[in-house]
Amino acid sequence: MFETFSLITLQQYWWIIISLLASLLIFLMFVQGGQTLIYTLGKTDTERSLIINTLGRKWELTFTTLVTFGGAFFASFPLFYSTSFGGAYWVWMAILFAFIIQAISYEYRSKANNFLGKRTFEIFLFVNGFLGTILLGTAVGTFFNGAMFSMEKVNITSIYDSAISRWMTPAHGLEAVLNFHNVALGLSVFFLARILGILYIINSVKDENILARSHKQMWYNAIPFLVFFLYFVIHLMFKQGFAYHPETGEVFMQPNKYFFNLIEMPVVLILFLAGVVLVLSGIIKFLFFKSLKGIWYSGAGTVMAVLALFLIAGLNQTAFYPSLHNIQQSLTIENSSSSHYTLTVMSYVSLFVPVVITYIFFVWRAINNKPIEKSDLEDDNAHIY
Amino acid sequence: MTETFDYSLIDWSRAQFALTAMYHWIFVPLTLGLGFIVAIMESIYVKTGNPEWKRVTKFWMTIFGINFAIGVATGIILEFEFGTNWSNYSWFVGDIFGAPLAIEGIMAFFLESTFIAVMFFGWNKVSKMFHLVSTWLVAFGASLSALWILVANAWMQMPVGMRFNPDTARNEMVHFWDILFSPMAVSKFTHTIASSYLLGAIVVIGISSWFLLKKRHLVFAKRSIVVAAVFGLLTSIFTVFTGDYSAKAVAHHQPMKFAAFEGLYVGQRGAPLIAIGVVSSSPDDPDYENVKDFVFKIEIPNFLSYMAFSDFNAFVPGVNDLMQGNEEYGIMSAAEKIARGKLAIDALAEYKAASKVNDTEKLEKTKFILDENFKYFGYGYFIDDPSRLVPNVPLTFYSFHLMVALGMWFLFFFAIVLVLVYKDKISQAKFWLIMGIVNIPLAYIASQSGWVTAEMGRQPWVIQDLMPTMTAVSKLDVNAVLTTFILFAVIFTALLIAELRIMFKTIKNGPKPGGN
Ligand code: HDD
Ligand code: HEM
Ligand code: HEM
Repeated sequence: MFETFSLITLQQYWWIIISLLASLLIFLMFVQGGQTLIYTLGKTDTERSLIINTLGRKWELTFTTLVTFGGAFFASFPLFYSTSFGGAYWVWMAILFAFIIQAISYEYRSKANNFLGKRTFEIFLFVNGFLGTILLGTAVGTFFNGAMFSMEKVNITSIYDSAISRWMTPAHGLEAVLNFHNVALGLSVFFLARILGILYIINSVKDENILARSHKQMWYNAIPFLVFFLYFVIHLMFKQGFAYHPETGEVFMQPNKYFFNLIEMPVVLILFLAGVVLVLSGIIKFLFFKSLKGIWYSGAGTVMAVLALFLIAGLNQTAFYPSLHNIQQSLTIENSSSSHYTLTVMSYVSLFVPVVITYIFFVWRAINNKPIEKSDLEDDNAHIY
Repeated sequence: MTETFDYSLIDWSRAQFALTAMYHWIFVPLTLGLGFIVAIMESIYVKTGNPEWKRVTKFWMTIFGINFAIGVATGIILEFEFGTNWSNYSWFVGDIFGAPLAIEGIMAFFLESTFIAVMFFGWNKVSKMFHLVSTWLVAFGASLSALWILVANAWMQMPVGMRFNPDTARNEMVHFWDILFSPMAVSKFTHTIASSYLLGAIVVIGISSWFLLKKRHLVFAKRSIVVAAVFGLLTSIFTVFTGDYSAKAVAHHQPMKFAAFEGLYVGQRGAPLIAIGVVSSSPDDPDYENVKDFVFKIEIPNFLSYMAFSDFNAFVPGVNDLMQGNEEYGIMSAAEKIARGKLAIDALAEYKAASKVNDTEKLEKTKFILDENFKYFGYGYFIDDPSRLVPNVPLTFYSFHLMVALGMWFLFFFAIVLVLVYKDKISQAKFWLIMGIVNIPLAYIASQSGWVTAEMGRQPWVIQDLMPTMTAVSKLDVNAVLTTFILFAVIFTALLIAELRIMFKTIKNGPKPGGN
């Protein structure tokens, strides 16, 4: 089936999959958002344990999605993987550190004799939630604003200096924070993750005090989210974008590129608007109608809106990883992808994704069938973090 | 020549990769082995309905969980390190190498991380059968993730199923199944999982031995030992067979590594296997280049030839044959390979230049030269320093021999334990119980040595014959890599200490009373 697809079709298909993984990842970052609220929403040890235990049933899902996102990006667009990870070294390393310390924190936090102490593991969770979201968002911002790298394949023939991709700033990626547009996206992701975190917690924990505090916290996070997100989107619509010529591959600056991408791909526009509406409706349902089901609305909305943003970053002849050093070396889905054969093989593998989503869905239902409450923490038979 | 490689950058990048991989490998084999042992225990529980078996299952499951978490923490860094520290590599072979990593995520990691939630949180929420199936799925998921990453690793040792494309300056996949079923992939996968199952069995026996010595939880400990000893005996036999198969694969496809296994400098027919030996390592030894000289050695005649080629009289090439060439056996010298490799590299450069100006005639000519010599592409980078083509022989020799010796010992040990269990004398067999505890660190040493053998023995290649380690590295400031190296070393060590302390405490507390 996939063999018969043209190379460009496969490249687009894979860009859509990458975008889908990224959007699921951002949704699942409700775990990270929740981790930054442990002390805000939980004032007693038991309350904090409730929050940690409900998040703890999901952290691996987020983590695995991040890992799979990395692997899938590598397999489908290896030139991005080699250019960005090796170049923006410090950004990626900082993100990785934030995730390493998360992975053990749940399991070890409340275990006897845990060496670093309960508090340290809670700090780890906070750092993961704070840095993980902001840095990831900021890094994605460079998809729209470009990065300082050069890429020259012929370098491989120079014996002593054969690196194909090079980074042109000594900050190795950290310079992305100097562009406020990138940071605005990072902060949007951070506040969005917290919003989703609150919505997930109230949905899966039965505790009056936590619920009461959540209400106030929702205001504190929804407003900054809207400010940063609107700034990011409005600026994006008005800025110049990195377009490329379909035949020659030549990259050029085009005014309002991302705005036109939305207009020229109406499905994406609808996806984006519907996504934003759903995110807001989840928030509003909680704030004004006391609904505890907001996570499903805002969660689905997040997936749709982030998916749309990724699609306008890479489709419709747009360079998804622009080089500010030499825009002709910018990465596009056409010049950075794997071969036709590999994309075909991987497309067959992608048929597993629905299977994975199905069993995740069933297990989620089985485990989250009823909200956890204080008595669950005393159950001798249960696995407690 | 004024230019040289920045060896400090290469060395620190290697050190960082080795550090993180070896840390990951502390936790992974136990996950692989214990996963199945727990699944077997739970199956017995479901079959018999005996709560004592549930108690057994839950205790080992707790150990599994503590170990699993840190395995995940150390794994994520490896996944991204190919990009961060070996970015040239990631382009040169990404078209092939990325696929298994992605498949691993989609097919294996989700399986593990989803059903592990059922394992831990599902006892009261899902049916007994659903729970049991989940436990098995976690065990299979772990071995499945081993499969894909090992296919990737095997491909680096023996690149197959691909073609070099000069337009994109990278290798491109042309036969997926050749990659999945290459002899190297089969041997890597089977041997690595077998040895990890073995390690899991050793750990279970060791901890149970401690309970028996302390005269605590006797029934629990004996049941655990029975399961582990049977599992261990079977898997250790499998480990020895697959190890032998691995050695054959290496002999065929990585002769230099194979020579290093045995410290064999001068090739010979009917080569003997060194059972125990101490390498003479004095560099001012006049004969150093031809070190046949071991300070001490015990040999098994003709066995090396058999191990390599299933023929007691086969010729096994030594380091010197591979470097200087040996016409009699049709072995090309390193100098010749380097010359051809350089031809290939230069042809690629000219091809690139020709494609800029669309000079079709030149394109064809250079493509032809490139194709003819591509087999030796990586050798071209050694133009100034052929001696780097030889790996660290003593290190490879010792780690290989340590692993093999321990493998034999474990096989023997499992057999003894089974006999003792059968005669119901295990609780009194103090010596063997102590040995059981001592074996725990030994199993880890064997397992790590295996990787040191495999990975150090293939130096200087990151992709056998095609890409040397020094060409693979990302262009970074050495201080950046040094800094992250230190950060990883500190953080992983802290986490390891935390893990060990929690583990010891959990063991000390023993299984929880009652099997509810
Ligand atoms: C408990 C661990 C353990 C034990 C007892 C053994 N091995 Fe092993 N061995 C491994 C754990 C291991 C490993 C960690 O799994 C390695 C590293 C890379 C690999 O493929 O498996 C390995 C690699 C490895 C290699 C190198 C493969 C390569 O370079 O590609 C060979 C030739 C052998 N083994 C052979 C043996 C033999 C003949 C054994 C006989 C008893 C043996 N091993 C026992
Ligand atoms: C988890 C078990 C593993 C261990 C303990 C291990 C160990 C090592 C060690 C000791 C080195 C350093 C060798 C040197 O620089 O001299 C190394 C290098 C390396 N290994 Fe492994 N390895 C493991 C698995 C893998 C796998 C599965 C892959 C690939 C899929 C891999 C890829 C590499 C790469 C790319 C390097 C760096 C380049 C080099 O130095 O050759 N390793 N590994
Ligand atoms: C050097 C290459 C390697 C990379 C890039 C790598 C990557 C990873 C990652 C990212 C994880 C976390 C998965 C999660 O999110 O749940 C992980 C865990 C795991 N890896 Fe590795 N790994 C490597 C080597 C190996 C090897 C050689 C094996 C087995 C032979 C292995 C087996 C496992 C298993 C069983 C787990 C899950 C259980 C655990 O964490 O202990 N890995 N690995």
